[in-house]
Amino acid sequence: MVLAVASEGRAGRTKRLGRPGHLTKVSGLGLGVSLIWFSLLVLIPLAAVVTTAAEGGWDAFWHTITNEQTFAAIKLTVSQAFLVTGVNIVMGTLIAWVLVRDSFFGKRVVEVLIDLPFALPTIVAGLVLLSLYGPKSPLGIDIANKPSAVTVAFLFVTLPFVVRTVQPVLEELEGDVEEAAASLGASRFTTFRRIILPSLIPAIAAGAALSFARAVSEYGSLVLLSGNLPFKTEVTSVRVLSSVENNNTEAAAAVATVLLVISLAVIVILDIVQRRMSRRG
Amino acid sequence: MDEETYEDDAQRDLDREHGPEGVRLAGVLYEPAEPGERAPRRRRKKKTRATYLFRFIALAYLFFLVAWPVSLVVKNTFANGLSDLTDLLSDPDAIKALKLTIVVAIIAVIVNTIFGVGMALLLVRYQFPGKRLLSALIDVPLSVSPIVVGLALVLVYGGRDGWFGVWLEDHGFQVIFATPGIVLATIFVALPLVIRELVPVLEEIGIEQELAARSLGANAVQTFRRITLPGIKWALIYGVVLSLARSLGEFGAVKVVSGNVLGQTRTATLMVEEKYLNFDKGGAYATSFLLVLVAVSCIVVVSLIRPKEKRK
Amino acid sequence: MQRRWKTSLAAVAVVAALLGVAACGSSGSSSSSDDTSAGSPNSGQSVAIVGYSVAEAAHKVTSADFQKTDEGKGVTFTSSYGASGDQSRAVESGLDADLVHFSIESDVTRLVKSGQVADTWNSGPTKGIISSSVVVFAVRKGNPKNIQTWDDLVKPGVEIVTPNPGSSGAARWNALAAYGQVIAGGGTEADAVAYLDKFFANVVALPGSGRDATTAFDGGTGDVLMTYENEAILARQNGEDFDYVIPDTTLLIENPAAVTTAASPAATSYLDYILSTDGQQNFASKGFRPVIDGVDVGDVEGATDPSNPFPTVPHLLTIEKNFVSWSDVSKKFFDEDTGIVVLSIAKSGKA
Repeated sequence: MVLAVASEGRAGRTKRLGRPGHLTKVSGLGLGVSLIWFSLLVLIPLAAVVTTAAEGGWDAFWHTITNEQTFAAIKLTVSQAFLVTGVNIVMGTLIAWVLVRDSFFGKRVVEVLIDLPFALPTIVAGLVLLSLYGPKSPLGIDIANKPSAVTVAFLFVTLPFVVRTVQPVLEELEGDVEEAAASLGASRFTTFRRIILPSLIPAIAAGAALSFARAVSEYGSLVLLSGNLPFKTEVTSVRVLSSVENNNTEAAAAVATVLLVISLAVIVILDIVQRRMSRRG
Repeated sequence: MDEETYEDDAQRDLDREHGPEGVRLAGVLYEPAEPGERAPRRRRKKKTRATYLFRFIALAYLFFLVAWPVSLVVKNTFANGLSDLTDLLSDPDAIKALKLTIVVAIIAVIVNTIFGVGMALLLVRYQFPGKRLLSALIDVPLSVSPIVVGLALVLVYGGRDGWFGVWLEDHGFQVIFATPGIVLATIFVALPLVIRELVPVLEEIGIEQELAARSLGANAVQTFRRITLPGIKWALIYGVVLSLARSLGEFGAVKVVSGNVLGQTRTATLMVEEKYLNFDKGGAYATSFLLVLVAVSCIVVVSLIRPKEKRK
Repeated sequence: MQRRWKTSLAAVAVVAALLGVAACGSSGSSSSSDDTSAGSPNSGQSVAIVGYSVAEAAHKVTSADFQKTDEGKGVTFTSSYGASGDQSRAVESGLDADLVHFSIESDVTRLVKSGQVADTWNSGPTKGIISSSVVVFAVRKGNPKNIQTWDDLVKPGVEIVTPNPGSSGAARWNALAAYGQVIAGGGTEADAVAYLDKFFANVVALPGSGRDATTAFDGGTGDVLMTYENEAILARQNGEDFDYVIPDTTLLIENPAAVTTAASPAATSYLDYILSTDGQQNFASKGFRPVIDGVDVGDVEGATDPSNPFPTVPHLLTIEKNFVSWSDVSKKFFDEDTGIVVLSIAKSGKA
């Protein structure tokens, strides 16, 4: 039995030689400065959102959330995000599979296409989708100002997440294992189901969580595409923006807090999933 | 007993799912190879009908969702020849917007890189209470809605009612409705990107080389420059480029904090929206074209780097 | 090894290109100041215009012409446009402004209260008003649903687009016109409230600003857009393909402007210019009705009849004649909890 020895991180499972050390003076100072910076930029502002939301008390908070239009927006956002995440789980895994297991001319281009939604400004994403799926569509499909516009926009911006979390795992699972299973008589589907899929599930879950969080937070791509129609295509971030522009910061903060709670839930799930992954095996 | 050896590929952070001894499948233990021993066998991939089907579905999906729409933007930009682009580039307000976007993005990338490298080193090399919490919190900016980011910054740095904003503005430093606000918002949204790329690589590299260097008398800076940095170089570039793309493209958060003042706080992304709303679709497409160009360049760079990371 | 060079090169190229644009930007910037500006009274000053959404085009041409005059030589402009209420609140919160031009008076009054605008702002001959228009119905080309009167609006199945009165000035004008025409036609207050309820029940979208509403309508939402006449004209000037109907009874829209207390003298000069015949002519070319006499409007492209762009309205309502005053109106119709319009909208479940 050959055990992996970590050296230069090249081979095998890396065992961390040398545990993380205790803070030295210099690194302690560095940590302090970093923490101050991080607090000023991220922690305190986010805390301000929650505090402002709480200022009016639970009643005001609840009243804001259950406002008909706001509640419809939250429902729409969450349900569409779920739908899109479901699609991403299937399509993302499939695309990752094709990337890893298949080889064809132009695969590089595919890689670029997958990452494009992540790098593209969201307002441009909206314009991009509008060109193909708006009033002047060469396909004749016009989903502008319809609920499906929200779905398509979400699909666009969340495309990379599941693919990029699943891809590395697939790459590591070399074909040998499947061959072994096949030689033992398993069908391709069984092989997939019992050998490959379990290894993929943590990665898929991580990607799905990221995809969900991203969809729920989306704003820019919907500005031009969805028309922000109340009760039909208006998402939660648009509600927050309306309240901000109306200088109604309590209402804005209240709805924003709902979004923050969802984001936090996602991070917690991610953390748990990653912990589970490192516990297995 | 035959030992199946693995061809080793990059150890990504997902190798956590494999234990230190290897993957346990169907009761058999498959070990990773020893250094230097590479399993040369590459299984020939059989092209079944399923392969072609999957390929078709994947490509069709990407074509209709990404490829065709993006190409249409390029087409629409040049629908009137070069005039839309030249009109855009000769409009001084537009140039100001482009310049502002670039300057803000570069500042954000520099700040995030410095913070990112420092934080990554701290997270991987040191132990301190609350480390896990901090590590989780660092991921927060990636899943927060940009409008919420803007709101959060306004609540703290707004001139009228902000927690710190009032004090700052009294001392002549305006954050919201001015460029500093845009910079802060951009830094916020791209914050985790460099760190997320560096942490796995730093973990992989392990610390023994650095320890060796230290024990041989190198100081911290030398160790970093000559031992750590070369090891994280590609991950760092990867993170920087991703950061740059993200910073150039921020829209929602900037919309809230900027006040959209033409000639001063209007960024390229805000300009796309504004031109579209002002019946200047040509200008909107032209600006989008420039942004698409930059985004694609960034991704191409990144995709050229990715194989290098894997080969490590 | 070769690959590495390629990648580094590509990365450097991206950064270099960006820096290049940034650098060349600095040389090509700010053409709005003339170099032969030394000696002009306001040269070197800058005017920050904060305006409501549909005023941008008018200010663009007017400020450009202003810069050709003596008072305007050497003056630079920055500007920010958005929904009237939102912009007013932004100035209150710290957005820099020398000249504010809003859709409704209460958006200026807000700044008087906060001390940013002198309370003598409306003591001039035009009472602070610099642009005017009327409420019109914008309809699809050819007016397929034959929407001509206010009664046509509340027929079942008619989809109305109007902005949200919470943020938009245009929205308030629209709502007041809808209410006022019932009273002017002999109805009681109860009749007018009932009409408003039916009106908002037919509303399918409440975008944030007048311009947002135009864009939504343009994008296919709704059968009729409630908007300013000047916005309809401007949209048609820019190639948007719809018609507009001026109902027999409608409301005169008067848009106020004021110079802030901390403003540069150039801002006052610019305001004076807007109120001159030249300035008003510029505004008219973008669809606004002149607020002073003696303006030669000429042909206005985009109007239904360019040679007679601003036909007289048979029954023209005004705030003064029919509604007492804006402060009255703000309370009675738009108060957050008890305003008539606010309650109507709430009844319809839309906002």
